[in-house]
Amino acid sequence: MNAIDRVAGAGTDWQTAVFSVLKRHDVKHIVYVPDAGHATAIRLANADNSMKAVVLTTEEEGIAYLAGAWLGGERGALLMQSSGVGNCINTLGLIACARFPLLTAITMRGDWAEFNAWQNPMGQATEAALKLMGVMTWRADHAGDVEPLLHGAATMAFNGDSACAVLLGQRLIGEKQWVK
Amino acid sequence: MLGGSLDRRAAVACLLHDRKDLLVVTGLGSPAYDVMAAGDHANNYYLWAAMGSAAMVGLGLANAQPEKSVLVVTGDGELMMGLGGLATIAVQKPKNLTIAVIDNGHFGETGMQASHAGLGVEISAVAASLGFSWTGVITDMAGIEALRGRLDDRSGVRLATLKVKAENAPRVLPPRDGVHIKNRFRAALGFQPV
Repeated sequence: MNAIDRVAGAGTDWQTAVFSVLKRHDVKHIVYVPDAGHATAIRLANADNSMKAVVLTTEEEGIAYLAGAWLGGERGALLMQSSGVGNCINTLGLIACARFPLLTAITMRGDWAEFNAWQNPMGQATEAALKLMGVMTWRADHAGDVEPLLHGAATMAFNGDSACAVLLGQRLIGEKQWVK
Repeated sequence: MLGGSLDRRAAVACLLHDRKDLLVVTGLGSPAYDVMAAGDHANNYYLWAAMGSAAMVGLGLANAQPEKSVLVVTGDGELMMGLGGLATIAVQKPKNLTIAVIDNGHFGETGMQASHAGLGVEISAVAASLGFSWTGVITDMAGIEALRGRLDDRSGVRLATLKVKAENAPRVLPPRDGVHIKNRFRAALGFQPV
């Protein structure tokens, strides 16, 4: 697949895989700040009566929500864009101190072929920022990597009370088109 | 500055009186001490950090445990730091969630600086405009008892500001081991550690 194919919208299979993996791991709560890369999972979550789909005003709300859901015995996942990681930093201290499981899938900006340079500072700092706060990370740059990496992250989050993030790279998502 | 004349310890103790299987989440600082002073309980989850998160922890818990009543007890400063979360809660409309904002109009933990509530922001009015099913401003103990009577109804999500005196009661510290508090809370609901 070349970049043009990706731009044209190929790769929706991996978007469906994100939702399928979460379902398979008995995720009951999908909390999100929307991103085009997460559009399929968000749509499927909202259509699934056995799930709570919760739209957030800012990403750190999701960290707190998922802690509460876990206290109540249920699993959840946070879908966000890399810029949202910056909003989560202090709240991630809750996850570290109480060893809550955290599963998050993060679509990257400022990562590859970024048109808007204002996305670059946070995009370049995303993975390091997560690691600084004790979150384990994996990167998917190819469609075939999404399902196994997210499955692995979910396994380690829910079976080990661990904080786990899968970064969905811009080469996977495709180049954002700014001029029609 | 605003706030009010309620004694916060008496108000919280009254709110938690005869609590049965009520699930309680506290914001960090004085509201956690108030809840602890009313009696430690396995159904209490005390936050020690993550300022601004208490209401959203309450929402996640309320959505995961729809048969149980959930009460968030937090301060006006803590609530304001997560103000967007009130909009998230308002659109979720959990019928089993009540947020009690201990409003003394000040940042009590850091030297009694005036807070937004103390400078005129009425948090219950914000919640009402966001679409909360019931909101109230409570200025006396009769109001606290009436709020207690609402905790188990299922008419919709509720928020009240409790107007308390701006004074720091003696600290009554909850346990600080986050893993312990988490596992104790989950065990009381029948969930085992991993």
